[in-house]
Amino acid sequence: MLEVRALRKTYATGDAALRGVSFVIDRPEPVFVIGSSGAGKSTLLRCINRLVEPDGGSVKLDGVEVTRLAGRALREARRAMGMIFQEFNLVERLTVMENVLSGRLGSVSTWQAWRRRFPADAVEAAFRTLARVGLEGYENKRADALSGGQRQRVGIARALVQRPKILLVDEPTSSLDPITSEAVMRLIVELAAEDGIPALVNIHDVPLARAFARRVIGLRGGDIVFEGDVVDLTGRVLERIYGGSWATASEGAR
Amino acid sequence: MAPVAWAAAAAFLVWNVVSLEVNPERIARGLSRLGDVAGRAFPPDFHRTALLVGGVLESIEIATLSTLLGVVLGILVAVLAARNVVPLPVYAAGRGTITLGRTFHELIVGILFVKAVGFGPLAGVLTLTVNSVGFFSKLLAEQIEIIDRGQIEAVRATGASRAQVLIFGVLPQVLPRVIGLTIYQWDVHLRQSTIIGIVGAGGIGATLLNAFSRYDYDFALAILLVIVGIVLVGEAVSAIARRAVQ
Repeated sequence: MLEVRALRKTYATGDAALRGVSFVIDRPEPVFVIGSSGAGKSTLLRCINRLVEPDGGSVKLDGVEVTRLAGRALREARRAMGMIFQEFNLVERLTVMENVLSGRLGSVSTWQAWRRRFPADAVEAAFRTLARVGLEGYENKRADALSGGQRQRVGIARALVQRPKILLVDEPTSSLDPITSEAVMRLIVELAAEDGIPALVNIHDVPLARAFARRVIGLRGGDIVFEGDVVDLTGRVLERIYGGSWATASEGAR
Repeated sequence: MAPVAWAAAAAFLVWNVVSLEVNPERIARGLSRLGDVAGRAFPPDFHRTALLVGGVLESIEIATLSTLLGVVLGILVAVLAARNVVPLPVYAAGRGTITLGRTFHELIVGILFVKAVGFGPLAGVLTLTVNSVGFFSKLLAEQIEIIDRGQIEAVRATGASRAQVLIFGVLPQVLPRVIGLTIYQWDVHLRQSTIIGIVGAGGIGATLLNAFSRYDYDFALAILLVIVGIVLVGEAVSAIARRAVQ
């Protein structure tokens, strides 16, 4: 499914965000990436769908080498990866329906996009997906009229309507309250399972990761420092991922 | 400021007054002649209605047409001049176009177009179109540069093409600004269309110039009053339209 090999990225500022990251996702299950801010989690997701250009390494989705694609082929690869964002990133002045349908831009011409002429099956899929995320009847509301949790549901619908082979999920709950966070995370995990696709989920909320994860990847300073089952996520491992600050921080929280 | 600087500034001012022949006698003579002109301008003469109405209509037409053309061109140039949506070389060309469009006053551009396409409203339309590209694109490009990158990123991530990103990600974010600027641009053009006639580019300004050169001061005053009317009406229309867009 997804194969990432020796992926590297150094920003123009000289910050090394990824120092040769490798892993494989070969089953339709969620994989949670944890690590502190600046560990390279966001860069990792964005190098996979090439919103950020990696400096080296390889990304293969169903055998297709994504790092060498350009133009139409690259857009096709992006369509096969549904992305969900921390700040939801809905187009605020468009309606819920337009936001969801933007997930199908890959299948219409520019002229059709201008006139909002989406094929009937795309519109039907959009309605169906809105119902799946619990937003039936919201299609004509403007995105900026929704609450945070509702916006993220629209974000999820936009990603799913792409019929992706994988979900790339970047801190989906950081802008939400704890209860909404859990509902949104549950929705992502359940819908991905229903569609039989894996999800690569960045998250910094370790308890939330514990609640939903089986497989966990720990990033620190652009390197993978842990990869394994969530039950092996001991205090010692967390210290390796987050540095000595973890113990003090979590004790202070208790 | 140091005394030397004060002295230098005073010397410069004196030199200006001397070299421009500013003296009380000339000013006094001018003022009395102005009184004479004003006396002959009253009462304003509105009898030549055909000329008046024709000139006013032509000015409104010039303003409207040049606004439409200017906005279409202006949106295009603005996109090319927004650093966050185009590569650097395109951006440089776009910015260059804007700077060029803003360099010359509309009267200079007007003279050029009158030379190129001859006297009349076509020169006026072209003049104001060029003039608006500089203004409109500059402000719109700056608006495009401060839009929310996250919304653009999300649309890109769906596999949308560059043009589709513009339609779905950029345009909705700048549309209120485009409409507001268009209305304001029309308002400005209406004002400018009353002056470019002076260099032969059509509109009510041409009628005004003719009236002055034939010493028809009463007709000239009528024209000036009509211009005041147009500008006021334009301002009212644009205020109402802008409130409707909010």
